[in-house]
Amino acid sequence: MNNNILRYTLRERVVHWVAAVTYCYVLLTGLAFYSPHLYWIATLLGGAPTSRFWHPWIAVAFMAVLAWMLRAWRGDMRITANDRVWGKEVKRYIENEDESLPPIDRFNLGQKYFFWVMVFAGIVLLLSGIVLWIPETLPWSLRDVRYAAILLHVSSALITIGSFIIHVYMGTAMVRGGFTSIIRGEVSPAWAKMHHRLWYQRVTGK
Amino acid sequence: MSTGNLRIQAISGHAGPVPGSGTQRQEQVCKLIDTTTCIGCKACEVACVEWNDLPFRETVFGNTYQTMPETAWNYWNLIKFNERPGADGSFMWLMRKDQCMHCADPGCLAACPADNAIVQYRNGIVDFQQEYCIGCQYCVTGCPFNIPKFNSHTKKMFKCTLCTDRVSQGLEPACIKACPTGCLHFGTKEDMKALGETRARQLREHTAHGRAGVYDPPGVGGTGVIYVLHDMANPEAYGGLPSNPHVPWPVRLWKGPLQWLGNLAMIGGLIGVTLHYLRFGPKKVADHEQ
Repeated sequence: MNNNILRYTLRERVVHWVAAVTYCYVLLTGLAFYSPHLYWIATLLGGAPTSRFWHPWIAVAFMAVLAWMLRAWRGDMRITANDRVWGKEVKRYIENEDESLPPIDRFNLGQKYFFWVMVFAGIVLLLSGIVLWIPETLPWSLRDVRYAAILLHVSSALITIGSFIIHVYMGTAMVRGGFTSIIRGEVSPAWAKMHHRLWYQRVTGK
Repeated sequence: MSTGNLRIQAISGHAGPVPGSGTQRQEQVCKLIDTTTCIGCKACEVACVEWNDLPFRETVFGNTYQTMPETAWNYWNLIKFNERPGADGSFMWLMRKDQCMHCADPGCLAACPADNAIVQYRNGIVDFQQEYCIGCQYCVTGCPFNIPKFNSHTKKMFKCTLCTDRVSQGLEPACIKACPTGCLHFGTKEDMKALGETRARQLREHTAHGRAGVYDPPGVGGTGVIYVLHDMANPEAYGGLPSNPHVPWPVRLWKGPLQWLGNLAMIGGLIGVTLHYLRFGPKKVADHEQ
């Protein structure tokens, strides 16, 4: 008997994977423009002029998906007093001593941080990216805005990359069952109890 | 330069030394613009458009004789007209031919991410290679003189080439060829610098322009285009010529320390998660219910 619990609706999963694909595209093309040692990535992706053309447009698609995620998940992503207690014990989480952690709701503090990093860095990337997209529309007297945009775009992109590495590692290798949940949408009751006990109790009424 | 390949080192069956052996060559070329003898005739603008076969561009009227507010992707050479009132109610024209300065330390080249899109030749000419340009416009941000311009149709950047095609064949740039007053000169950097200094000294000693001098900004390592100005204390008055241009420090920070920090952080992150997996392994759920 299948008593699995629905963790992500079909719509949430589709949105997640659209975000993943668009983010990976802007990440890879962005890295190509970031360092001469990574310029070959643009060649693999159809050439650097093509990459430069699509990078901002695909980024706009990513931002649209991010906006949807913000609307749909901001309630679940609110950081609670309970999360702060969990955060103090994060060393146990890192060392896989999950039994001794306080119970949490649908998302843990790390997931919430990842979400908010992507939202806020995304806003900075969007605003600075518009400047880099059409720098000549700024008059020469406002060239300081271009300088600021370059530094902000690179710095915030690097922050998302760091978060992204951890996110992918945890979602695929570290937290077993996590990757299946974002593909098929379901988790086992034992998984829910272990990782998100408050959420488990809320959705099952147990 | 193409003739650089054709300098003879040895000759077969030749009695005596190779003719011309032991001669020295000044490789750095330079354009000298004497703003004090420019009459604003715009012959250089026309010559540039003609030689480089640039398509027609409509002029923009802004209550001045200037052809348009700034250089464009297909208008690389523009005389900036500035009216300067004196303290005694007099008035003078400052006319400055604006184009790429061919910096020894080019900000466009520092900012460019595309392999081969911007090159600096040994003779000092900084040139855009449009076939490698990706149209990212980072050079717009890198340039301290507001020179590289974007063609939004072809998605390529353009600017003055210092007529590298002419110079490589031993000819002067088209603008120099066209100048009727002789305010434009072309030669080696050393010669142009000396000529400019002579003219500036003449101005200081024999005219009212006591602050005349040669503009060859050290902040960008000197330039392949230098000016004689009536007033070295105020280059900004010549249509926004920066008094102390540099490659912008955010560009240096971005291409230098920030890039290394980012590389270390990314590699460190990958190593970090790998070590975590080796040390602690995955989180597994003891699943009795399935």
